[in-house]
Amino acid sequence: MATQHSRSAARVMISPAVLLLLAWMLIPLGMTLYFSFQRYNLLMPGAHPWVGLMNYKLFIQNPAFWTALINTLLLVGGVLIATVVLGVLLAILLDQPMWGQGIVRILVIAPFFVMPTVSALVWKNLFMNPVNGLFAWLLPKLGMAPYDFLTQAPLASITFIVSWQWLPFATLILLTAIQSLDSEQMEAAEMDGASALSRFWYITLPHLSRAITVVVLIQTIFLLSVFAEILVTTNGGPGNASTNLTYLVYARSLLNFDVGGGSAGGVIAIILANIVAIFLMRAIGKNLDA
Amino acid sequence: MTSMTRALLGATALCAIGATAASAQTLTIATVNNGDMIRMQGLTDDFTSEHPDIQLEWVTLEENVLRQRVTTDIATNGGQYDVITIGNYEVPIWANQQWLAPLEDMPEDYDADDLLPAIAGGLSVDGTLYAAPFYGESAMVMYRTDLAEEAGIDMPDQPTWTDVMAAAEAFNDPDNGTYGICLRGKAGWGENMAFITAMSNSYGARWFDMDWQPQFDSPEWTATLSDYLNMMENYGPPGAANNGFNENLALFQQGRCGIWIDATVAASFVTDPDESTVADNVGFAQFPNKDGVDNHGNWLWSWNLAIPSSSGNVEAAKQFVAWATSKGYTDLVAAEEGWRAAPPGTRTSLYENAEYQDAAPFAAMTLESIDAVDTNAPSVQEIPYTGAQFVSIPEFQGIGTAVGQAFSAALAGQMDAEAALSQAQQITTQEMTASGYIE
Amino acid sequence: MARAVTPQRKAINTIAAWIIGLLIFFPILWTILTSFKTEAAAVAFPPQFLNFDWTFENYTTVQERSSYFRHFWNSVVISLGSTVIGLIIAVPAAWAMAFVPGKQTKNVLMWMLSTKMLPPVGVLIPIYLLFRQFGLLDTRTGLVIVLTLMNLPIIVWMLYTYFREIPVDILEAARMDGASLRKEIIYILTPMAVPGIASTLLLNVILSWNEAFWTLNLTAAKAAPLTAFIASYSSPEGLFYAKLSAASTMAIAPILILGWFSQKQLVRGLTFGAVK
Repeated sequence: MATQHSRSAARVMISPAVLLLLAWMLIPLGMTLYFSFQRYNLLMPGAHPWVGLMNYKLFIQNPAFWTALINTLLLVGGVLIATVVLGVLLAILLDQPMWGQGIVRILVIAPFFVMPTVSALVWKNLFMNPVNGLFAWLLPKLGMAPYDFLTQAPLASITFIVSWQWLPFATLILLTAIQSLDSEQMEAAEMDGASALSRFWYITLPHLSRAITVVVLIQTIFLLSVFAEILVTTNGGPGNASTNLTYLVYARSLLNFDVGGGSAGGVIAIILANIVAIFLMRAIGKNLDA
Repeated sequence: MTSMTRALLGATALCAIGATAASAQTLTIATVNNGDMIRMQGLTDDFTSEHPDIQLEWVTLEENVLRQRVTTDIATNGGQYDVITIGNYEVPIWANQQWLAPLEDMPEDYDADDLLPAIAGGLSVDGTLYAAPFYGESAMVMYRTDLAEEAGIDMPDQPTWTDVMAAAEAFNDPDNGTYGICLRGKAGWGENMAFITAMSNSYGARWFDMDWQPQFDSPEWTATLSDYLNMMENYGPPGAANNGFNENLALFQQGRCGIWIDATVAASFVTDPDESTVADNVGFAQFPNKDGVDNHGNWLWSWNLAIPSSSGNVEAAKQFVAWATSKGYTDLVAAEEGWRAAPPGTRTSLYENAEYQDAAPFAAMTLESIDAVDTNAPSVQEIPYTGAQFVSIPEFQGIGTAVGQAFSAALAGQMDAEAALSQAQQITTQEMTASGYIE
Repeated sequence: MARAVTPQRKAINTIAAWIIGLLIFFPILWTILTSFKTEAAAVAFPPQFLNFDWTFENYTTVQERSSYFRHFWNSVVISLGSTVIGLIIAVPAAWAMAFVPGKQTKNVLMWMLSTKMLPPVGVLIPIYLLFRQFGLLDTRTGLVIVLTLMNLPIIVWMLYTYFREIPVDILEAARMDGASLRKEIIYILTPMAVPGIASTLLLNVILSWNEAFWTLNLTAAKAAPLTAFIASYSSPEGLFYAKLSAASTMAIAPILILGWFSQKQLVRGLTFGAVK
């Protein structure tokens, strides 16, 4: 169908985007790679001697690295599970007939528009602060002991905040998908006496698989580099309890000003992100073929 | 990059976005979002009316973020800022690297001789001033006199840690939302490590021995950290591992803390009736020491205005720095907000001013605390470094923050004192080896 | 779905959905309420809902301290600028991928998306050095460039999924009539794709508006957008909840209102072609 002419035209049209992204990727990445083999501390100007793989060795040997790696996976996984499960439930609820559906949808979508720094600041101070926050007042009223969220469960608290931000996104995609569900099929199943649960399991969920795939893919892209929420709420602590890879690299290069070590960490993070990417693309690429 | 291309790029930017033309001289000032700096920002009309050709742009950030941004910029020669706010830790190190423009030829009425010698000394290299102190501080004990009266406790002017712990226990009343003692817990070399290092000094501990071997395995450090953790666990507020200076200030102002040991500069805020619910009930005492150790922590900090040598507006910047750190500025603050609000700890003349002494009940204790500091011998033991609540080497920022994280994790209950100290020892040894201090 | 339900069922649904909706929205509502309190009322226990003395003082204070409108304008320029430039680059690319798919199309698309997974912090110092070299630090031009590149993969992908839904027959017909490629894009494809482009534009304006890594690290004062404005309220001196709330409200209000008004288009945009 496509002619030779349109093929070369297509190539011309794609190339600006491809070349720009290639430059965006390769130039800084090349520099990062270059720095990662040097002893380069911003605070100590002068020569940057070559140190081979020392920066990589130190970065991996640091126990914080493994903590950060696990935290990254927990954070991404936790938010994905929370948003997909709650998103499906919420989407089903919102799909039911009700009064004021439009307004409810406006309420539900709102967190998506809030910038991460603001949502982190608001949750940290107005809600989770153990002395002045709203939870500090609410929990004893409900007969529970006061709880210091960001100290006692830092990673879970951050997962919660990030989930709050991304739940609207998941809900809306899943809601749109549910609305496109063939209602005749649903009614037929209902006639046949299928329970609500089995209707959900055998009809709704398979229908949603494609939408869930998109939610997972897009969110993973953003969740791998969660940063502002951690910086604002816990600074990665206490200890390293809420440090993810992005934050660890940040701490190395901009709190210790160790550009060499930070660059090595950056390269490692990029490699790991690419492994996740390949894994994800493989699993999801098929599902996206139309 | 030639200026031609730069101009072209600038022109493109202007065309593309339709920005308004910048005035001849715009100073970009990076500063910390502490109360005194916010006040300065509010008073700049006084400066701009005298210097109509200079416009001011403010970048006001939290301490850690500010430090990161300013350091990145100055170390890469970025030139984004014309005036920066830095501590007495950075000044000599950066001056030696020629990142700062020397503050020579200040206006005549600046009177550099009036600066407190302890403060000015830390900002000079070979007799040349590289930064002008905006305010200076040591640390002291602030406590609630009403609670002390109620509990029948008499806080001495020079308390020991035993006195402080007894008072904290007496003041502690968590059911009514009052906690015995508030101390810094937020990880960072300028946050919890400032306090813990000062406390360790007063316990007779040191960071390094004469061969730069870290000393966290010493009994003095064990005593410091376990006492710190005990106090916070038994009489401290919840969430202390996230509390820095500002968080504790808010707590104290709301009457949530019986005792707060922190920077002397806090005194003017906790006694401010507009902001503090306990303004009339604050007493002051010197930084505690351990029985038998003649050392009151040696905390000395000043926030200073400096000019990066990469700035393109050094002369205009100098005029601003002179204005903001002059006696005239102090008078301006006094006129606008009262003498109590004057930026403390930089000028001898302020402490000789009778009006200030009347308005600021904390003046004498502040000066006494600053005078008690010896930055050449912060520890009673022999040490290879100078400093106060920090160690004056470039590597300290990174090491201090990493150690601070370990201590903050201990405060959060993730590990005990012993584990935190051995982690601190390990991290410090590794970093000191990597940077060549230890073979 | 037009299934008949009993009024009771509908009432239960309504109540459940409203409760959940309000819970999700509550943090934002609480922030807005707090912004009208005095600092003392903001931390008062028990919390005061509507029975407090309303004050606009916080807004005045915040405006005095940090010129809101300049940051606001920077945010507008940066988010719109980067989105529009992104669209200009992405439309031809997405068109080509959708209508002249080759063997590598899918891989190229996936590769583009994978560039979004690179942690930005890993390349901050290199970018900072490059920006200094080219005089781009603290300029809106610099931020527009970075954000364009950041969001380009998402823009390409969104457009691609829309374009694929456009029936190829129409394009074929136009081609038969001798329409040039340029005309094909301008007169046939673009009008059909306008809803998709609008959704893409919206989503990317939101993403750029809220981007808080590059906007914070590459600006000082002149080009600083609202993300930098809010950063100066993170743990300042003393009591600050009311001021923080006022600043937060000011920072999120524009995009919240825009989002609500364009909700329909946005929802369409958000589905990324996942739903047919």
